[in-house]
Amino acid sequence: MHSPANTPVYERVRRNPKFHELVRQRSRLALVLSAIVLVGYYAFMMVVAFAPGLLHQPMSNESSLSVGFPIGAAIIILSWLLTGVYSHFANGRFQDLTDEITRETLQ
Amino acid sequence: MTARRILLAATVATLFALPALAAGDVGQLEKQPVNLSAIGMFIAFVVMTLGITYWAASRTRSTSDFYTAGGGITGFQNGLAIAGDYMSAATLLGLSSLVFAKGYDGFVYTISFFVGWPIILFLLAERLRNLGHFTFADIASYRLDQGKIRTFAAIGSLTVVCFYLIVQMVGAGQLIKLLFGLDYNVAVVVVGVLMVVYVTFGGMIATTWVQIIKAVLLLGGGVLLAFLALSRFGFSLEAIAKSAIASHKDGVKIMGPGTLLADPVSAVSLSLGLLFGTAALPHIMMRFFTVPNAREARKSVFYASGFIGFFFLIVCVLGMAAITIVGTDPQFFEGGKVGGKLIGGGNMPVMHLAKALGGDLFLGFLSAVAFATILAVVSGLALAGASAIAHDLYARVIRKGEATEREEMRVSKIASLVLGVLAVVLGIAFEKQNVAFLVGLTFGVAASVNFPVLILSMYWKGLTTRGALAGGIAGLISAVTLVILSNAVWVVVLNNPAPIFPYEQPALFSMTLAFIVTIIVSKLDSSASARAEREAFDDQFVRSQTGIGAAAAAKH
Repeated sequence: MHSPANTPVYERVRRNPKFHELVRQRSRLALVLSAIVLVGYYAFMMVVAFAPGLLHQPMSNESSLSVGFPIGAAIIILSWLLTGVYSHFANGRFQDLTDEITRETLQ
Repeated sequence: MTARRILLAATVATLFALPALAAGDVGQLEKQPVNLSAIGMFIAFVVMTLGITYWAASRTRSTSDFYTAGGGITGFQNGLAIAGDYMSAATLLGLSSLVFAKGYDGFVYTISFFVGWPIILFLLAERLRNLGHFTFADIASYRLDQGKIRTFAAIGSLTVVCFYLIVQMVGAGQLIKLLFGLDYNVAVVVVGVLMVVYVTFGGMIATTWVQIIKAVLLLGGGVLLAFLALSRFGFSLEAIAKSAIASHKDGVKIMGPGTLLADPVSAVSLSLGLLFGTAALPHIMMRFFTVPNAREARKSVFYASGFIGFFFLIVCVLGMAAITIVGTDPQFFEGGKVGGKLIGGGNMPVMHLAKALGGDLFLGFLSAVAFATILAVVSGLALAGASAIAHDLYARVIRKGEATEREEMRVSKIASLVLGVLAVVLGIAFEKQNVAFLVGLTFGVAASVNFPVLILSMYWKGLTTRGALAGGIAGLISAVTLVILSNAVWVVVLNNPAPIFPYEQPALFSMTLAFIVTIIVSKLDSSASARAEREAFDDQFVRSQTGIGAAAAAKH
């Protein structure tokens, strides 16, 4: 499994412009989505640590539930939905591109 | 994971600290009367899983079948199995009891346990699948020195596996003593024997199915319990909240963040440890090698995070409902004093809730599920440990790839047997110990030793063998030292008045140090081998992105 450096197969992939296209686009998607999750989560944690009162507020005047609960649930649900977004693109368009590159390389 | 994992260090700490703290108390963990319905249902689970193991044994012929189920697990199945790994007994008991005791703070912990999953998908899952073969060390040593880095990665894996096995064994013994009314030693031996049987005969195929069945039972049990709880409140979350405020001693304060996470450094360190510790647990990483390709690996994480997120939300509802249903019912408190000590300790709210809503039969069911959960987790751990010994240390380092499949299989089976015996012996030896520090160590070592080399080997061309070794050793020493100086060891075990290191989880410091040392030493490394290692990155990068050259999966 230990490949010698610069195997011709991999060299061919590197010369394929589609490969660089794939890497650029998919990495950008992964970075943007990671940033959304991490910024959202750490922003939430900073509110927990420094401004807990914001999350204490009731959802409406008569409500017992605080706004903190729907916000917390939204973090879980939205970050799960983002895994769906990533899987959709990575398993769709990007996988097709990967398969194309593989086909062209191994011909 | 399970944490298997995901017990937050603190939840775990609560879970396992409570029994230990109570040891001197009047029988808080006294053996309960033998619970026949629980034992009956657990036996049904064992019979079914042994049947699966028998079937799996006939399909486990090669090392690939044994370590990775021949790569023949689908994304959906693997998603359930990963969820099973993550939704441990500690998650069910620990998180719900945190919500029961602290309200919203418990919910914040739950969120922290969750957010690692999307990151694992975005940054790790497909590269893990494309580069890995059987073990995490395969990836770490892909372009680095096979002997040194593989040995080091295998030792890192084994360290994590052993710490976590002890935690699980002690937890199993305590829980089963409490729920089933069985002797501690009997429980530990039962867990050890079943674990060895699953792993030795059924390998990854059996381990995966045990995990899947358990995940389904746990999800089903949780949903049913939440349904019963909600029906008490006319299916209104608002009514649960209102009633919880009226019943809880802290009143309306439980609806927002309280004191538990007031310190941001502590919160960040804990979340880093959980996030990256989870990603680098050997038995979780191993799950990515059981699917045929990167496409299925991504699907696994999508399904797994869906199940985990859903389950976590349910667990929080259970905790909130328990504040009223369990928290105001004298039958669940010692001496019938509402607001005093819960019978069985602080982790029991969800179990009492099961009894209050579904009677002894449902309590028995949930107890059996909790036992099954521990069993599934230790099996995954034992398999990860056996693969580190047989595949990494024996076949690759000692025999330098010359061992035959037969020999490697034999060693892996002996290794799982040895790990089983070790787990039972250590489980019994640690019965009276407070093992909370081992949870901190497990995640701290995984995040500070395994994670930096894993991520840098995949993302940073400049990584060299010397850098990886130096950084790994720095991470190991600092993580262990900081845990020793923290409350869990310095105060609880060594009886000093105050901890020198004020936080529970060392990851923020030890992981950062590991990264810095790795990068500096790699940069200063001008050896010929370092140059070759940097050059090999480009090929590794192509494979990690495209999967070209990755072992073809067996057709199942």
